[in-house]
Amino acid sequence: MIDSKRSMLRLTGWTVLAAAALAGCSKKEEATIASPAPAPIAASAPANVEPLKVSFAYIGSIGDGGWNTAHDNARKAMEKEFAGKVVTSYVEKVAEGPDAERVFRDMVSQGNKLIFGTTFGHGDYMLKVAADSKDVKFEHATGYKTAENLRTYDSRTYEGAYMAGVLAGGMTKSNTLGVVGSVPIPEVIRNINSFTLGAQSVNPKIKTKVVWVNSWGDPPKETDAAQSLINAGADVLFQNTDTSAVLQTAEKAGKYAVGWDSDMSAYAPKAHLASSVINWTPYYIKAVKDMLESKWTTGKTWWGVKEGAIDMVSISDKVPAELKARIDTVKAGLKDGSFAIWKGPISTNDGKEKLKKDQVADDAFLGGINFYVKGVEGTVPGGDKK
Amino acid sequence: MDAFALLLAATLNSGTVLAFAALGLLINERAGIVNLGAEGIMLVAAVAGFATAVHTGSDWVAFAAGMGAGALMAAAFGWLVIWLNTNQYASGLALSLFGAGFSAFVGLRYTQEKLSQRSHFDVPGLADIPFIGPALFRQHPLVYLAIVLAVALTWFLYRSRAGLVLRAVGESPESAHALGYPVRRIRFAAVMAGGALCGLAGAYISVIYTPLWVEGMVAGKGWIALALTTFATWRPARVLLGAYLFGGVTMLQFHLQGEGVQVSSQLLTAMPYLATIIVLVLISRNAAWIRANMPASLGKPFFPGS
Repeated sequence: MIDSKRSMLRLTGWTVLAAAALAGCSKKEEATIASPAPAPIAASAPANVEPLKVSFAYIGSIGDGGWNTAHDNARKAMEKEFAGKVVTSYVEKVAEGPDAERVFRDMVSQGNKLIFGTTFGHGDYMLKVAADSKDVKFEHATGYKTAENLRTYDSRTYEGAYMAGVLAGGMTKSNTLGVVGSVPIPEVIRNINSFTLGAQSVNPKIKTKVVWVNSWGDPPKETDAAQSLINAGADVLFQNTDTSAVLQTAEKAGKYAVGWDSDMSAYAPKAHLASSVINWTPYYIKAVKDMLESKWTTGKTWWGVKEGAIDMVSISDKVPAELKARIDTVKAGLKDGSFAIWKGPISTNDGKEKLKKDQVADDAFLGGINFYVKGVEGTVPGGDKK
Repeated sequence: MDAFALLLAATLNSGTVLAFAALGLLINERAGIVNLGAEGIMLVAAVAGFATAVHTGSDWVAFAAGMGAGALMAAAFGWLVIWLNTNQYASGLALSLFGAGFSAFVGLRYTQEKLSQRSHFDVPGLADIPFIGPALFRQHPLVYLAIVLAVALTWFLYRSRAGLVLRAVGESPESAHALGYPVRRIRFAAVMAGGALCGLAGAYISVIYTPLWVEGMVAGKGWIALALTTFATWRPARVLLGAYLFGGVTMLQFHLQGEGVQVSSQLLTAMPYLATIIVLVLISRNAAWIRANMPASLGKPFFPGS
């Protein structure tokens, strides 16, 4: 009796363990329909019955409330749009390093035909895998290298940064703004500059202080950086990092901050002025549509307010009506193309002219910005030293 | 001057996390146990504390939960290294890796959560003194508790009988055993206490310092705390000062950047470890100094009756 009880217990224990192990291993695949096993007679069946397998590699966790959440929301929206025609899966925390290559090869071997890498550092590994898997199409976010089966896509986040700057410039009392910079690459420097240009458009006396944390998401470091900006006199903060730590720090200190990538209003109800969000859905729908219609070709896509990829949401009630109206004007101008953010005269913070009066920057110029505009303090780490 | 006061305040705040963890590890090491699992313990405690704060709304219950989780993790480690005599370094590393993964797994549903309004703390009467007020007296109570703890620990280790026994166990477990002290139980108690303090540090990070939960948010503070005990040559007061020094270095580099001075943040991030290596080299060259400070049985297993 005792023996059988014990073996029962043991059996239960093993079952629980096994179940736990299984749960741990189960793949995060959100199939809307069960994908049928490849039948031997598949050749005679219509070719496009099997849903398109699409996979996403994220650099962080989908719950970061910022960059990765934005990508994952778009993935879900895209899957809903093509219900039944696509099966999507994703892998979180794919570091910008050699391990990424393994992840992309895995995705290929699992039969994915469209693969998204959603961070700059995935690019080189995607290129390698793409060269070996010509029948698979690759989409690389924020990258610049393309191949016949690898194309890049990006959002004009600087448009959001500019609008954030307009709000910050209108709301500051100390005329000092603070930016928590992530990693000093052209995209981030462009955002810091655009933020400053936006602020200057409503308040010419503005100066921007920048603190780099050299990470996309390290909350305690972001907190420290935000705190030192506040200590240095900044009363509106902006960040290019992936988490809401900066907003929370502003909230605690009674200052303002602007959300980034995703709507961050919930994290800091008092400090939050608005969130500059990226909506990847239009592009993800376009990419899958290209695949389903066999129209996919390589290239570069850079979408902004005009295509619905960038928006300013959850603008706080503390923002006065005329400032809100100003945001609407900017948005409308960006939408119909009558307004350009990077339009001369624009000079660096050490007095060199970069854009002449009325000269509008092209995408090549925007892609290589490696200087601070007038109004930003300090020098770009590793930037132009001359 | 105001900016300097605020820098000082931020340094105290940032040093407090390190101080709690390092003081906890100091208790471990004084009893002869090296716990490399500090990072993992802090992560698990951070998520435990944050989850508790989300559900109960009370910071203090959250601290208790963090300490409980830390002690529990440490208990598992203690059982392995004290009774089963597994290698302390390997077990500690395993605990760190386990804690990193486990906290991420458990914390998955808390990544989007937020805590209720954080309150301000002012010491009545003192918070409004110019300079000194904003620098020293507008901190969370735990910041002061860390100082009290360092003082109490100094007294405990060097002025109390129980502290003497603890140090004896760390210096020569065989002698302590021969005198009839339960070496294993004393070591286990020390490991639990150390784990609880690391847990408190972890909960402080996720509940007060950066009130949110993100995977891996402790970001190396556990390793710095480990380095700190060696840096401070196993003295509580020096641990506290070292914690403020290391916390200050981090804050200073951000502060300098905010002032427009370019400093290499990567180099400054490496500073605590570099400083520890230098201290290790210095004390290793001086045998007397090692004898006087480093617990003689540090990292060595103890077999009663052998």
